[in-house]
Amino acid sequence: MAEEVKLLMTWSSPFALRVVWALKLKGVQFDSIEEDLSNKSPLLLQYNPVHKKIPVLVHNGKPISESLVILEYVDETWRQYPLLPDGPYDRARARFWAKFSDDKVSPSMWGVFIKQGKEREEAFDQVFENLKFLEEELKGKKFFGGEKIGFADLALGWIAERVCVLEEIIGVKIVEEEKFPLVSAWMQEFVKVPIIKESLPPHEKLVTKIRGIREKFIGAA
Amino acid sequence: MAEESVKLLGYWASPFALRVKWALKLKGVHYEYVEENLPNKSPLLLRYNPVYKKIPVLVHNGKPLAESLLIIEYIDEAWKQNPLLPDDPYERANARFWAKFFDEKCVPEVMGAFASKGEEQEKAAKARENLKMLERALEGKPFFGGDKIGFLDIAVGWIGIWGRIVEEIAGVSLIDAETMPLLTAWLNNFLEVPVIKACIPSWHELLEHNKGFHKILTGSST
Repeated sequence: MAEEVKLLMTWSSPFALRVVWALKLKGVQFDSIEEDLSNKSPLLLQYNPVHKKIPVLVHNGKPISESLVILEYVDETWRQYPLLPDGPYDRARARFWAKFSDDKVSPSMWGVFIKQGKEREEAFDQVFENLKFLEEELKGKKFFGGEKIGFADLALGWIAERVCVLEEIIGVKIVEEEKFPLVSAWMQEFVKVPIIKESLPPHEKLVTKIRGIREKFIGAA
Repeated sequence: MAEESVKLLGYWASPFALRVKWALKLKGVHYEYVEENLPNKSPLLLRYNPVYKKIPVLVHNGKPLAESLLIIEYIDEAWKQNPLLPDDPYERANARFWAKFFDEKCVPEVMGAFASKGEEQEKAAKARENLKMLERALEGKPFFGGDKIGFLDIAVGWIGIWGRIVEEIAGVSLIDAETMPLLTAWLNNFLEVPVIKACIPSWHELLEHNKGFHKILTGSST
């Protein structure tokens, strides 16, 4: 039976990118469907009625939403290139860092990106506190997954993929090599991985788009 | 072989610690329970969970884990008897999806109704709307896990107790039998299951504890 794998996504979404990376690492053929989020398609509303968001993976007609949930599904369905390690404890730790990315790192980074003045200084403190934990976790490792990238790397990968864009827009360095040598090294190694490198969204287009988001947000405040 | 050591750092009034207790009990895992005095966190807790500094923390043979849903997945993988998550990857994805939905979309709204002064009814209405959506995951089954209790049941089940407490203290309706017949029926079944019921803290103590908490959250001035 022919397998049908579709991914509803947008070119600039870091959450969709996680799924793209996972599918490509596993060599899974898929159709990407670019969604216009200002005009959501009936397909998206049908496949993700609860959140109405991308990414949505549709495997043989069955939809799965929420990027980390999708990653676990992809890992369990296609066994080549395992994303999660074998042992239960290491798996739990990988899931922990993935959750940490969404619960703590992402909101703190957003804070630095849109806040100004004293509020931004405080946001920086949050970011640094979070980066310290990542720095600690990377001791003795090339990637969060060890020698190869894994689940936690894909979850945290937006840092490697996107922080330079945020830095360019606000004109301030966020992840300084002196302060966070291991995280900086990991960021450089991550984007060098061929699958990751070839999937990166076009830089200038991304800068323009995200700059626009920032201006809109600050303007509306 | 060295004896297995399982410790759970928890707090008697925490629904998140209760989730983990339920998982351990369902698996028949023997564990040592360590009650944390939350305003005064122990050095042990801070060492075992430096990132969030919260309970529950499971320590298995000296290795600590935090975040209740992650802990439950770990328990399911480390002890294979009485599986909590289904076998099929799509059904596992659904269980994880709804557990995440509950934590991110239902719990904050319930907490919002509890902590708010003046906006309780609004927040409760939103909470009801989201709780109602959980019925989609029941789909005519007695439990989220099917015929037996599973991951999603123990992830969500505490709402049957804490929800009623919020209703009483904040004067709102959260779990409405008329508009949520499936959820109501499920809760009534779930909370009566002996191993589940046995772990639930005293209603009276929980109510008094949360009344105090409510006063603090809504400001002691009237």
